[in-house]
Amino acid sequence: MKTLITSTEDKLNAAFDKRFGRAAWFCVLDESTGETAFYPNENINATGGAGTKAAEKVVELGVGKIISGDFGPKAKELLNKFNIQMVIIEEEDLSVKEIVERIKK
Amino acid sequence: MARPKSLRKVVKPPGFKGYKPYGASGTKGEAVELLYEEYEALKLADYDLMSHQEASELMGVSRATFARIYERARRKMAKALVEVKEIKSVYGHAWLDKSWFVCNHCDARFTMPSTMKERSCPVCKSFCIESLTDDK
Repeated sequence: MKTLITSTEDKLNAAFDKRFGRAAWFCVLDESTGETAFYPNENINATGGAGTKAAEKVVELGVGKIISGDFGPKAKELLNKFNIQMVIIEEEDLSVKEIVERIKK
Repeated sequence: MARPKSLRKVVKPPGFKGYKPYGASGTKGEAVELLYEEYEALKLADYDLMSHQEASELMGVSRATFARIYERARRKMAKALVEVKEIKSVYGHAWLDKSWFVCNHCDARFTMPSTMKERSCPVCKSFCIESLTDDK
């Protein structure tokens, strides 16, 4: 299964982005191979509907689980509809790499 | 026509169906109906000791509306005590922030889509998870 982690930069030791719709990058981890890929979020500066567009992108990428700091009501509704699991981590100063390692363990 | 009430978010419904006075010479009249949102308001303000501003944001209503809900909750409690009435918890205008779970191991919070088979934490795989809203 693929897992998406919101990231501030396009590298593994980047800080975890706690926003979903307005995260800078999406890190997609393939749990079966352990490989990661980074996708830019084109809607980071959108005036509205960033969460909805991000959720659409997630569906497109075929992700089953998203790890972020918070989800807006619209994104939540859409992700629920597509049976995509939402995970909220509220810890400060976490890197994408640390989250990836927690999942792999 | 009156404006429809916006739904109040309730994180956890009350863990009881009602309260009954005992040692009283029979309860009189109807039970006092405490709405979920009134219970939540009372809990946030007087148990979690939040400010009305914080609590109203959590419930997704304005501060003034929160104050009214809270006021009603207190009056109902007082009425039940003074007039020796039963308290019943009723649903009211709430929507429950359902389907959220918390992992007791790594503190991650997550949803559980109906297609999920494993009931474990998506981050640390711990089975030590708990629903944030237990449906009792």
